[in-house]
Amino acid sequence: MLPPEAAGEQAGLRAWHFVQDWLSTAAGLVPRVSPKWQLSDYVRAAWVRLGPGRDSYRMAPGLYALGNPDQDSPVLVTCNFKLTFDTLRNKLAGRSCWLLVVETYGINVWCAAGKQSFSTEEVARRVRETGLDRVVSHHTLILPQLAGPSVAAYRLKKLCGFKGVFGPVRIEDLLEFLESGMQVSREMRLVRFPLPQRLEVALVEVYGVRRFLLGALLACFVLAALGPGGFTLTGIAGAGVGAFATVLTGFATGTFVVPALLARIPMRSFAAKGLLAGAVTAFLPAGLLAGTLVQAGAQILACSAFASWFAMNYTGSTPFTSLSGVDREMRLYMPVQGGLLLAAILIWLIGAWI
Amino acid sequence: MQEFRYLEESTLQYDPDKCIGCGNCLAVCPHQVFELGGAKAECRDRGACMECGACALNCPAGAIQVRQGVGCAEAVLYGWLAKVPVLRRVFSPDVCC
Repeated sequence: MLPPEAAGEQAGLRAWHFVQDWLSTAAGLVPRVSPKWQLSDYVRAAWVRLGPGRDSYRMAPGLYALGNPDQDSPVLVTCNFKLTFDTLRNKLAGRSCWLLVVETYGINVWCAAGKQSFSTEEVARRVRETGLDRVVSHHTLILPQLAGPSVAAYRLKKLCGFKGVFGPVRIEDLLEFLESGMQVSREMRLVRFPLPQRLEVALVEVYGVRRFLLGALLACFVLAALGPGGFTLTGIAGAGVGAFATVLTGFATGTFVVPALLARIPMRSFAAKGLLAGAVTAFLPAGLLAGTLVQAGAQILACSAFASWFAMNYTGSTPFTSLSGVDREMRLYMPVQGGLLLAAILIWLIGAWI
Repeated sequence: MQEFRYLEESTLQYDPDKCIGCGNCLAVCPHQVFELGGAKAECRDRGACMECGACALNCPAGAIQVRQGVGCAEAVLYGWLAKVPVLRRVFSPDVCC
């Protein structure tokens, strides 16, 4: 065990576990961070990706050191979402650089740029506040490319004396960028959206939809009690479970199947992709749980509607949908989704009474 | 992005007459909508634009205009709901992600 001071503790303040020691600079002490992840970093990262931890994974903005940086070392600007910072320090293992963390309220670079919190003014403020001009002798900041929607690099020089240069989109390309004298290829400038990433960002929807699913579960049993359950407890339970399985299938289709097959489903709008995919996957609950052909028909309509809704919601997780496009497809498909769901419920209820 | 194409719907407006050829728009666009053709930028793939607004913000000549926004159904929906007087207290276009 290190004595508290050696582990970075000061009166009333304890350092993050990733702080190795403190570098003495002309602008004061700067925490030097380890590139290695500890068990708690992995656990918290999983918790964040699953949803519950993602709104509170925040670290203090300011200047950090990695390796043995000096006055000529590059300065990389990033957000204060700790998962991003952790990825950055890990991927830059072996390099010496300064990391300037700005306040984005624990939000990642791309979303913070969308919200305008990763702003030109915020970057300039952090540069001045940390006394960066006394730490390094050059006057260049390397900005994440995806901060572009909210950082006007050409205005930085006037605001804080440092000029901004946009690095690559991905942290993985940073090493090559630094080693090539800050050259960025066209490939490094393009966002990609490969399968693992498509599913990774879908995972968080499971947590996000928990209240909706609870409400849907209750609604299924209430509706089942109005006829389709045949007014017996086992009947109501069976019909309710069948209906809820349909909702779940629609959710899983819109949230996982459509993103997984994204470009392979021919239509451009996400809602249309969901309609088609949901009509196909509906055969799963319909085949397993439906009693009659009429019920199966209702399940296909409902599953299609829910899959369409959740696929449409996935637009926010992608890096290529425009506001104008999303606006148009919502106006077009929300009435369709509502109509299908209403028809499904009516068929289910009325079918039980005939 | 060539693999994924959306509805090719964008409010992007580019005025080549104002362009000074600095190349900032090429540096920030995640879909490489612009290319440098000689001394000026050329809008080569307008349909790939996702209206993130990075090019317009980083254009010192003011040659690019776009209605900046987030292509997220949830944000759009909350934006609509926030226009209803009573719901305004609960929903804001900014509550997601």
